[in-house]
Amino acid sequence: MSLDSKIPSGPLEKKWDDYKSHIKLVNPANKRKYTVIVIGTGLAGGSASATLAELGYNVKTFCFQDSPRRAHSIAAQGGINAAKNYQNDGDSVYRLFYDTIKGGDFRAREANVYRLAQVSTNIIDQCVAQGVPFAREYGGHLDNRSFGGAQVSRTFYAKGQTGQQLLLGAYSALSRQIGLGNVKMYPRTEMLDVVVIDGHAKGVVIRDLVTGQVTVHSADAVVLASGGYGNVFYLSTNAKGSNVTATFRAYKKGAFFANPCYTQIHPTCIPVSGDHQSKLTLMSESLRNDGRIWVPKKQGDTRNPADIPESERDYYLERKYPSYGNLCPRDIASRSAKEVCDAGFGVGPGGQGVYLDFSSAINRLGEHTIAERYGNLFQMYEQITGENPYKVPMRIYPAVHYTMGGLWVDYNLMSNLPGLFVIGEANFSDHGANRLGASALMQGLADGYFVLPYTIGNYLAEVGFGKTPSTDHAEFKKAETDANSQLNKFLSIKGKRTVDSFHKELGKIMWNNCGMARTDKSLKEALVKIPEIREEFWKNVNVPGSGSDLNQSLEKAGRVADFLEFGELLCLDALTREESCGGHFRTEHQMDDGEAKRDDDKFCHATAWEWKGVGAKPTEHREKLEFENIKLATRSYK
Amino acid sequence: MDLKLKVWRQKNAKEKGKIVNYDAKDISPDMSFLEMIDVVNEDLIVKGDDPIAFEHDCREGICGSCNIMINGEAHGPLPGVTTCQLHMRSFKDGDTIYLEPWRAKAFPVIKDLIVDRSGFDRIIQSGGFVSINTGGAPDANALPIPKKDADVAMDAATCIGCGACVASCKNASAMLFVSAKVSHLALLPQGQVEKKERVKNMVNAMDKEGFGNCTNQYECEAACPKDIKRDFIRVLNKEFILS
Repeated sequence: MSLDSKIPSGPLEKKWDDYKSHIKLVNPANKRKYTVIVIGTGLAGGSASATLAELGYNVKTFCFQDSPRRAHSIAAQGGINAAKNYQNDGDSVYRLFYDTIKGGDFRAREANVYRLAQVSTNIIDQCVAQGVPFAREYGGHLDNRSFGGAQVSRTFYAKGQTGQQLLLGAYSALSRQIGLGNVKMYPRTEMLDVVVIDGHAKGVVIRDLVTGQVTVHSADAVVLASGGYGNVFYLSTNAKGSNVTATFRAYKKGAFFANPCYTQIHPTCIPVSGDHQSKLTLMSESLRNDGRIWVPKKQGDTRNPADIPESERDYYLERKYPSYGNLCPRDIASRSAKEVCDAGFGVGPGGQGVYLDFSSAINRLGEHTIAERYGNLFQMYEQITGENPYKVPMRIYPAVHYTMGGLWVDYNLMSNLPGLFVIGEANFSDHGANRLGASALMQGLADGYFVLPYTIGNYLAEVGFGKTPSTDHAEFKKAETDANSQLNKFLSIKGKRTVDSFHKELGKIMWNNCGMARTDKSLKEALVKIPEIREEFWKNVNVPGSGSDLNQSLEKAGRVADFLEFGELLCLDALTREESCGGHFRTEHQMDDGEAKRDDDKFCHATAWEWKGVGAKPTEHREKLEFENIKLATRSYK
Repeated sequence: MDLKLKVWRQKNAKEKGKIVNYDAKDISPDMSFLEMIDVVNEDLIVKGDDPIAFEHDCREGICGSCNIMINGEAHGPLPGVTTCQLHMRSFKDGDTIYLEPWRAKAFPVIKDLIVDRSGFDRIIQSGGFVSINTGGAPDANALPIPKKDADVAMDAATCIGCGACVASCKNASAMLFVSAKVSHLALLPQGQVEKKERVKNMVNAMDKEGFGNCTNQYECEAACPKDIKRDFIRVLNKEFILS
C-alpha cells in the first residue's frame, strides 16, 4: 500500500490557505448530525473537543484521569513558541519553520511544519483571549524568552507552568462546551479498541475505570489525542498513566505506526536516586538560558563544586558549540552529557550527572531575578534532592521525555484508516527526529484549535451525515467481546510477579539497548529479550482483584501488555534505521568528531509499520520526505 | 527506615471503610511518599492482597491528582507541596503514619484513598471561563495588561484543583478554589465582560455541590500546596457582592 501524504500542491507558503479555501464544508445546520469521539484531553484533545463543539458537532470526549484538567500537558514547564517577532529580533514564520525542520534533523514533513509555524501566531492570540496569564513586560506587552535550537526570543511563557496554563485555557473552553451540553465528557475511562467498519473508524470500546463496565460508542469519526509512549522505558518524565494503548490498539486495527524509535531524550532531568524510583522529574529547559553546564576537568573529582576553581571546570557545551553553547538542541546536550559521564567526568552518586550552575547568573542578575524566573523549579529541585540550588549547582542527567513517533497521518492529520484522526504527540508528523523546546505545546494546540477542525470537516462532508453505525453492528460486538476476554485473561493468570516488575524489566532493556546510543548488537539483543519477557508476562503475571470495580493493577496490566509488544516494534524501527539522526544515535554511524551521521540517500523517509500479528514482523512502508524549500544540510550548532 | 501505616481501606462507595495496619519496611528517605506506597503495594500484590488504591499521575506536583490526608494534614506535614513531592526524609524511623482520603460530603469516596472531585469540574463548567470561540481573537499585544495584574492573575491561576483546601476546612468549603478561578479572570481585562455572571454562577454551583461556607479560619491557605493566598477569598466576596 502506498502512503499518500495528500500534501496540497502550490508554493509552501500558500498551501494551507489554498487548502482551506477549497475543502468541502459541512453546513452549520448539518454539523449536529455528526458525532465525533475524542480520546484524551491534553492540549490537543482538549482544544479539539472544545473547537469541534463550538463548530456544532456532537462531541464525546474520554480521558482516564478524574478530570480533563489533569492531562499530562499540564506538566510542561518552559513555554510555547510562536513566530510573532514581538522582540524585533528577526523572527518570521519561515524562520520558525526552518528551525523546526533543522531541529528535527530533516526528518519531518515540510508542509506540516510550515503550517504549524503559520498558525503558531493564532495560538497565542487565542490563548490570551481566553485569559491565559502569560508573562508580561512592564509596558503590558507579552514577554518572550529564548529556547534551545533558536537564536531568537520567540517563546511565550507563564512562569515555569506554561503547560498548566495553556491546558487550563483549553480545559476552560472544553468546560464551557460541557456546560452547554455540546460535549459529553467521560472522565475515568480508558479506550481499549477502535472499531473499524468497511475500512472506516466508526467507534471505540471504552472501559469505565470505576465500575469496570465495558461499553461501545459509535461515531462518524474518531480522534486520538492520547499522547506519547515514553513510559515504555518505565522511567521517564511522563506522568505515570501515560501509555501507548490507544495508538497501539489502533495500530493493531490497521493504522500504521510511524517512526516509533524517535524518542526524545531531554537533557535537564534530575538524576535517578535509587531502584525505588518511579519516575523522573524534568527541570525546564528554560534553565539553560541562565544556567551554565559543566563537569570537573579531572575524572572522578569528588570535591564540593564550590571548591573546584574556574580553571578546573569544563564548560563542555560552550567549548564544543560556541555559538549556541548551553542552548544547543536537546539531543546534542543529552549526548554530550552522556559522553562526559561515560568518560568518567560525571558528578553525584554513580557519576551519572553534570552540573547546571547558576552562580554566575546570580552574581550578574541577583538572586531575586533568578528566583522570579525559575523560583518554582528551584523549589521543586530542592524538594526532590534535599539540596538548595541557589547555593549548590543543580545536578542533571538526560531522561526520556517526548516521543516524536506515533501513528502515521497525512496532511489532514488522518491516519491510513479513514475516519481515524491522530493529533498532538500521538501522531508522528511535525517534529522529525527531534523536538525543539517549546514546540510540543505549539503542535498540540495547533492541531486541536486550528488544523483538525478544518480537516475533519472535509472528511465528514465527503462521508455524509446519517451514517453513524448502530452499536449493534457485529464489529462492535466482536471488539467488546475481545476487550472483555483480554481483561478476564489478565485476572485469570494468577502468577507470581507484579505488573510493575515486568514493566521495570522491559524499561531497563529499552534504556540500555535502545536509549541515547544504540547499536546493531544491542538492538538485536533487545529483540530477543523482549519476547521472552512478554512470554513470561502472559504466564506469570499476578493481577489481583476483579474486573468489576476500580482496579489499578488491571489498568496497568493492559498498558504493560501493550508496551511489551510495542517495545519490540520500537527496537525493530531503531534497527532498521541505519543512520544517526536527531537524538537517535546509532554508534556505527558517526562522524570522526563523534557527531551524528545522517544518511539522506537511504533514510530520508518516515517509516510506517503495518501490524502483522504478535511476534510476526510488521510490514515496512516508507513515505519519502521531499524537501523542496529547504536544502538538506548537515545540522551544525557550532 | 521502618514505618507503621494505618490506612483507610474502603472497597467502594457503598461499603463501609476502616483503618487497616501495614508495615512499610526498608524505606529510603529519598523516596517520595507515593513511592513508599508503591513499595508497600508491591508486597501486598505478591502476598495476594489488594493493593491500596490512591490517585496520582504526574508525580511532579502539578497535575493535582494526588490527595492523601497524612496524619490529619492534606498532603502531609510539609507546607507548599503535594503528596507526590513529599519525601520520606520528612519522617523518622519507627513513625506511625495515618493515610486517609479527603473527607467532605462533596467529595465522596470511590475506593480507599480515592475520592470523586468532579464537583470542581462542574463549578468550572458553570462559568469558570471566558466565552470565546476559536479563531478571530485579536492580536495578543492589542490588549496590554499591567505586569502587576498579570502576575497576580498568574498567582491565582496556579491552583491545581487538588482539593486540599476543601479537605482541610472544617466546613469543607471550596471558597479558596473558587476564589482562585474567579480572581484569575476578574483581574484580567478579558474576564470583565462576564465577570458578574461568572461569580454568581460559580458560587451557586459551589453551593449546589454541597461545599460549605468560609468562616475565615484559613486552614485552606495553610494546606494549599500551591500557596494560593486567602486574599483571593476577599476578591471573591467583593466580586460576589458587586454582582
